[in-house]
Amino acid sequence: MAVIETRETFVGTSVKRREDASFLTGRATFIDNLTLPGTVYMAVVRCPYPHARIASVNLDAARAAEGVVAAFSGADLAEDWKGSLPCAWAVTEDIKMPPHFPLAVEEARHQGDGVAVVIAESRALAKDAAELVEVDYEALDATADVERALEDGAPLVHADLGTNECYVWKLETDGVQAALDAADVVVTRRYVQPRLIPNAMEPRGVLAQVGPTGEATIWSSTQVPHILRFALQIVLGIPEAKIRVIAPDVGGGFGSKLDVYAEEALVIALAKRLGRPVKWTEERSENYVATIHGRDTVHELTFAATKDGKITVVKSEAKCAMGAYLQLVTPGIPLLGAWIYNGPYDIPNYSVTFTGVFTHTTPTDAYRGAGRPEATYVLERTMDALAAELGIDPIELRRRNFITEYPAELASGLTIDSGDYHASLDRLLELLDLDSIRSEQTARREGGDTKLLGVGFSTYNEMCGLAPSRILGAIRYAVGGWDSATIRVQPLGSVQVVTGTSPHGQGHETSWSQIVGDQLGVALADIEVLHGDTAVSQLGMDTYGSRSLAVGGVALVHASAKIVDKARQIVSHQLEVSADDLEFADGTFRVKGSPEREMTIQAAAFQAHSAHNLPDGMEPGLEATATYDPPNFSWPGGAHAAVVEVDTETGDTRLVRYVAVDDVGAAVNPMIVEGQVHGGITQGIAAALWEEAVYDEDANLLTTTMTTYLVPTAAELPSFETDLTETRSPTNPLGVKGVGETGTIASAPAVINAVVDALSHLGVTDMQMPATPERVWRAIQEVKA
Amino acid sequence: MIPAPFDYEVAESAEHAIALLGEREDAKLLAGGHSLLPAMKLRLARPSVLVDIGRLAELSYVRDEGEYVAIGALTRHRDVHHDPLLQEHCPVVSFAAGTIGDPQVRHRGTIGGTLAYGDPASDLPAVMLALDAELVVRGQGGERMVPASEFFTGVFQTAIASAEMLVEVRVPKRAAAGWSYTKMTRRAQDWATVAVAAIVERTNGAVGKASIGLTNMGATPLRASAAEDALAGGATIAEAAALIPDGTDPSTDYAASADFRRHLAKVLGRRALEEAVAR
Repeated sequence: MAVIETRETFVGTSVKRREDASFLTGRATFIDNLTLPGTVYMAVVRCPYPHARIASVNLDAARAAEGVVAAFSGADLAEDWKGSLPCAWAVTEDIKMPPHFPLAVEEARHQGDGVAVVIAESRALAKDAAELVEVDYEALDATADVERALEDGAPLVHADLGTNECYVWKLETDGVQAALDAADVVVTRRYVQPRLIPNAMEPRGVLAQVGPTGEATIWSSTQVPHILRFALQIVLGIPEAKIRVIAPDVGGGFGSKLDVYAEEALVIALAKRLGRPVKWTEERSENYVATIHGRDTVHELTFAATKDGKITVVKSEAKCAMGAYLQLVTPGIPLLGAWIYNGPYDIPNYSVTFTGVFTHTTPTDAYRGAGRPEATYVLERTMDALAAELGIDPIELRRRNFITEYPAELASGLTIDSGDYHASLDRLLELLDLDSIRSEQTARREGGDTKLLGVGFSTYNEMCGLAPSRILGAIRYAVGGWDSATIRVQPLGSVQVVTGTSPHGQGHETSWSQIVGDQLGVALADIEVLHGDTAVSQLGMDTYGSRSLAVGGVALVHASAKIVDKARQIVSHQLEVSADDLEFADGTFRVKGSPEREMTIQAAAFQAHSAHNLPDGMEPGLEATATYDPPNFSWPGGAHAAVVEVDTETGDTRLVRYVAVDDVGAAVNPMIVEGQVHGGITQGIAAALWEEAVYDEDANLLTTTMTTYLVPTAAELPSFETDLTETRSPTNPLGVKGVGETGTIASAPAVINAVVDALSHLGVTDMQMPATPERVWRAIQEVKA
Repeated sequence: MIPAPFDYEVAESAEHAIALLGEREDAKLLAGGHSLLPAMKLRLARPSVLVDIGRLAELSYVRDEGEYVAIGALTRHRDVHHDPLLQEHCPVVSFAAGTIGDPQVRHRGTIGGTLAYGDPASDLPAVMLALDAELVVRGQGGERMVPASEFFTGVFQTAIASAEMLVEVRVPKRAAAGWSYTKMTRRAQDWATVAVAAIVERTNGAVGKASIGLTNMGATPLRASAAEDALAGGATIAEAAALIPDGTDPSTDYAASADFRRHLAKVLGRRALEEAVAR
């Protein structure tokens, strides 16, 4: 048995990530590294048009090509589908949910829509043969613009629906109009948030094998093996009990792998037809059209306020792109932000309306933050606009509106359990040294410098830890929000931890070991964390929405308590003392008052398995499962500031400093928290300054590769300055809140507010994301004119 | 990410490479591969055979040839960037090479490759144009010299015939001249949105004669002739910079509109001339 390190607890310590040994030495198991004997490879023929009628598909040349095993059109496979690719979130009763099958048959509705597949002996041969498939397309009108798509006469994505409007969802408190009428000041702003393409380092990939009795095993680069399992029953008709989903090492997801994709159903259907394992690995440029996108919204946000800056109404109306089809949670993404349009502010009157809109584009779905970056962006930008309107300092305006008492019941109906927004902002200002930035800013302006400084703020909160199952039911989400843990103490005392969460870079194996190590008093080296295989982890709701720690991590604590309870009974029986007279600390039970009489949890485990001397009626073994359904969301928050330098002659905008102070509750592993904060901030900054999926007027995607879709690198970014304030969540025993999305939610508005601040003395009041050099330069020209 | 099928040959010498090129019309030379291979992986380029010249060590050199510095076509950008001879006699060349792409690109990419590819957004073409460099092209019949001003003929097009290869670049020594290569990119690794190479002869601290090369302002690298003439006629830098877009035909793409590129050329051109005069 390894010795427990000298420390009070593992939780709160920056234990090095145990995952990294394999990741950093090239020994991780990604899908493309996996091949079964006899594997054949699938290539998908994709529609090059934004919208087209499929007149005919001729597969003869492809079938005759070297190494080709089979080729199928959408019509050829139509009988294989027992149901549509599922959308789990019918956000309203009258939502329009058009069917979505793995291959298009009569009509393709976005560039990249699959129309045929070719299966060959190698990936390269499949790709070559796919070029030989002759599809007779009749191009149809298309639009990628959410506003145009709602106009009369717009090209329809699903003609039979008669409209591109998917749904209208509304949450409004009584008295909004009266409060607007009574307000001293009303500010309304319009915001366009760009469409974003998630760029996981590992694109998607799938490998499937179907056994002789119809049992299917699928290896998929997915965030959601458990959700995928039941979705595959819906699409393929194979009983869930006969489906095993394995998510091996998964190279990032950011929400894009929180989904059920056509290719996952296709490889199983084809493996069944062909009697051979079938594999598909996505190409990067394929990823840009075949994997979901994020954001793409047009908002109008209104604040009403008193003249001394007390905000009385927040009202948001947004048009949100769905894309051509509804993927797993497409319609629900705006709703994930629907309850935080007040942010960390106490706003008594509340109105949020979303219109979901079909466009001839790749479907949208969850992308890091999912609904909450959209909300926070419009809120924090309008906060600055209101400050300018009222002549109140933007920081002071935020302070005047902060929620300060907890639990805080929101006008939107939810309750924030804890927080301290002033504390985060105080610490931010300590780190920032705003006075010197302002004096440098003034000096440059007065000196006629062409490189101006700007500083922008974003104080934010978010709801994560998805989610209380009852609330999910109330908002029409199809599944629950609980998660599970199984802990198994082996006969010789090592510990297997089985989690229902499905890490894809977050370091759960490390953090989960820290939690269980503390709870059971065993060494980290003696704990193995198993995940990502539905044959191993039967119960789980997977990893997304910053839920894993706040839900799955808490399940670990409950399962550990059951283990300790059972071990206590065994020790009580063996030492012939009352269970109440046993103290448990550092992995050892000791008799109160006679600490020399003791038994370790490992010794109790051996007794549990030998079963020679257990209490009457006790089952052998030392294993426990807990499922935990959180009673509330968790509520991280914080304060971020960006300092930018804007070249007024070229519009070139560079981030000079970025300071982030976050309150994520207790930090189990501060190093991992810092990593999450850095990555999250980078993705928000990316949207603010670089990333934008651009379609032309006919819905052709123009940013088709990483040459034109600009994912920033370390070379573009300063070293971030980060710190934490901590208010523990009273909702769960770990006091944790979640950290995966905070940086992305907070950072984009801070950067754009900084750009506007840099140019505010010239009269610039708005800037569209991303703040490209041309947009910035044109904004300056407009106010000059 | 998977190129169309192609054959692969390894050249043992420049002569061997030229012979292999002559065998098939759509053969392509493979040097650093940092432009060609991505284009092939996107199936935008589909040569039937690649002739790999990456092992021809005899084409990797920087030599003092008296009036000029000779650079072998296989010299990597990283070596051009760090070469002391170039730093002394042709500093704008070594500086510009150090701004190409990212470290991986600079360690693999070659000066011959970037010039022969003929991408108007690449850095060294405009620099060579501004320096009046000469390019040595070898074919089965021997070598010929092509002035930079005649080398670049269109987007991805040069004066190199099929079955010819660029073997050497000859850069005049201009140690006394002021110089600048001023570039704007969206990200550090990106192609220039616009860049300006300026080589300036100074007379009493002012511009006497200048040559100005423009990156990504048309189908080929361009000389800003109107601005050069204005400077020769005594115009100020600001006056001349305003003329830089004359005769250019920039494209509109993800990084900038054509109009914005014309504006950037003025700003970057003014800055390049100011820096060149001061350096």
